[in-house]
Amino acid sequence: MAAGALPTRTSAVRRRRVVVENVQAWLFLLPALGVLALFKLFPALFAIWISLFKWDIIQGPFRGLDNYTAYLWADPTRTEQFWRALSTTITYLLITIPLEMGFALAVAYVLFQKLRGRAFYRTLYYLPYVTSTVAAAAVFSWIFHPQYGLANQILGIVGIERLQWLQEPDGVFQMIGDAVGIAVPDLFAGPSLALVAIAMFSIWHFLGFQIVIFLAGLGNIPVEYYEAARIDGASDRQLFTRITLPLLSPQIFFVFTIASIGVLRAFNEIYVMTNGGPLDTTRTLNLLVFRTFFQQGQIGLGSALAVILTVIILLFTLVQFRVFERRVVYG
Amino acid sequence: MNVPQALSRAAARPRPTLPRWSGAAAKHLVLIFVGLAVAYPFYFMVSSGLKSFFEATSTPPTVIPTELHPENFADAWSRAPWARFFVNTVFIATVTTLGELVTAILAAYAFAQMRFRGKAVVFTILLATYMMPGEATLIPNFVIMSRRYLNLYDTYWAQIFPFLATAFSIFLLRQQFLGVPAELRDAARIDGAGHLRFLWSVVLPISVPALVTVTVISFLGSWNSFQWPLIMTSRPEIQPIQVGLNAFRGETSSLYHLLMAAAAFTVAPVVLLYLVAQRYLVQGVARTGIRG
Repeated sequence: MAAGALPTRTSAVRRRRVVVENVQAWLFLLPALGVLALFKLFPALFAIWISLFKWDIIQGPFRGLDNYTAYLWADPTRTEQFWRALSTTITYLLITIPLEMGFALAVAYVLFQKLRGRAFYRTLYYLPYVTSTVAAAAVFSWIFHPQYGLANQILGIVGIERLQWLQEPDGVFQMIGDAVGIAVPDLFAGPSLALVAIAMFSIWHFLGFQIVIFLAGLGNIPVEYYEAARIDGASDRQLFTRITLPLLSPQIFFVFTIASIGVLRAFNEIYVMTNGGPLDTTRTLNLLVFRTFFQQGQIGLGSALAVILTVIILLFTLVQFRVFERRVVYG
Repeated sequence: MNVPQALSRAAARPRPTLPRWSGAAAKHLVLIFVGLAVAYPFYFMVSSGLKSFFEATSTPPTVIPTELHPENFADAWSRAPWARFFVNTVFIATVTTLGELVTAILAAYAFAQMRFRGKAVVFTILLATYMMPGEATLIPNFVIMSRRYLNLYDTYWAQIFPFLATAFSIFLLRQQFLGVPAELRDAARIDGAGHLRFLWSVVLPISVPALVTVTVISFLGSWNSFQWPLIMTSRPEIQPIQVGLNAFRGETSSLYHLLMAAAAFTVAPVVLLYLVAQRYLVQGVARTGIRG
C-alpha cells in the first residue's frame, strides 16, 4: 500500500510544481505583455479602426475604405499628394541606400585590416549615429545655408556658383543640364537638390552603424579561405569579389533591409531641415502622414496613410525577418 | 585579423609594388579623410558656438574662430528653460530605462528559463510586436492619450508609459539568459532557490554586459526621442530636451551661434555616455544587428 502511494504523491507534487511554475511565468510576463498589449498591439488594430472613419480631431461617421480610396485614386488632390510622396520616398531610398552601403562597405573593408588606431576610427565613425537627429540636422541646416554655409564655400573653391541646397526644389539632373547647356526634360529632372542634401545627412548619420555590422560580418569569414585562395594565385580583387562579397551577403542583405526601413521611417531630420519643402519635394510618406494627422488634424485620413506606410515597411521587415530569426531569435 | 599581411606571408611572393608602409599610409589617408568628414559637423557645432554673431554669419565662414566667446553658452542657456528640459529628460529617460529593464528582465527570464503553457503563442505575439514600426502606433497612441481616453496629454506619463517595455530588450536579454548553464539552475534548485532568487543572485550578476547594453540603448533612445514628445507636449515644464531644442531653433532663427551652442550642450551628455559605454553599445549592435 505504502509503496503504491508514493508515486501518486510525487506526481501530485510535480503537478503542483508545474502549476506554480506556470503561474509564476505568467506573472513574470505580465508587466511586459501589459505594456506591449496596450501601447503596441491594441494601437496597431486601433489604427485600422480609426482609418475607417471620418475622424477630424473627434470621431465622425463611418466611411469604410473611403480614406484609402481617396489617396489611391478617388480624390484628385489627395491622389496627387500620395503618389508624389511615394515617389519621393522611393527616390530618397534609391539615392541614399546604394551610396551609404557602398561607402560603408569600402570603409569597413579598409578598417578591417590590422591598422593602428582601428578602435579610434570605429569610435569616431559611430558617433553620428548616437547623436540626436534634431541637433545634428540643425548643424547641417547651417552647413547647407545658402549664404553662410560650408557646402557653398567648398563649391566656391572648385569654382561652382552658390547653390540653395535645402531651399532648392529643382531636380539635380536638370540643374546639371542647365549648367552645361542641355535642356533636360521634366520627367528626368531628378530628385530635388534639397532631397539630395538630406540624403547626404542620412549617409553621415547612419554610416557608422553599417560599418559596425559589416565589420562583424568580415570577422566571421575564416582566414583560411583567403590563404587557400592566395596559394591558388588569386588576386586582391578576386579575393574581394569571390570570397568577401559572397560570404558577407547575409550582412549586406541585412543592412539593405534595415537601412531601407530606416529611410522609410525617416522623420526627424526631414522635419527639422525642410519640413517637407521646398515645394513639397522632400515630403516623404511619413512627412505626409505627419502633416495630415497632426498639422491638419485629419486623423482618419492620416491613419489610412499610416496603415499604407506600415504595410510597406512590414514588407521589408518580413524579408529581413529570415535573417533576424537566425541571428537573434533562435541563434 | 590581419588578412593581407598573413596572406603575403603565406604566398611568400615578392610584390613589385610600393613599400609596405605606403599601403598602410594610403589606408590611413582614406580613413582620416572619412574621419574628418564625420567629425567636421561636431567641430563646426562647437566652434560656431564659440564665435561672435558677426563672425558666425560672415562669408566665407572662418574655420577657426578669431575670437572666442564662451559666454555664448551662458547666453543660449539663459534664453530657454534648459535646466528644466535637462531635468525632464533625465527623469523621463531614467524612469523609462529602469522600467524597461525590469519588464525585459522578467519576461526574458520566463522565456529562457521557465516552462509554461502558451510559450510559443506569446513568443509569436512578441515577434509581431517587434516588427510593428512606430509609425503604425503613432496616431492611435495619440488618440489613446487624448482627453477622451487616458487623458495623459502634456504629462510625463505620456512620455514614459508606451516605452516601459520593448520586444527588442526582451529578445536581447533572452538571448543572454539562454546562455546560462543548466548546471547552475540545477545547483540553485537543489539549494532550494526559487526562480526569483536564482534570477537575482546568479543570472543577473553574470549578465551585466547585456544589461548595460540594454540600459545604454534605452537611455540613448529616450534622450534622443523627438516625434512622440513633439505631438504629446506643449508645456516647457514637462518637455524634453529635443523638443526644447527644436523650439529654440524657431525662437533664435538667425542667431545661429547661439543655436550651435545649445545644440552642443544637448549633445554633450550623449557623447560622454557613448564614449564611456561604447564597448557595450557597439557589441550589442554587432551581436544582434538591431538598430538601437
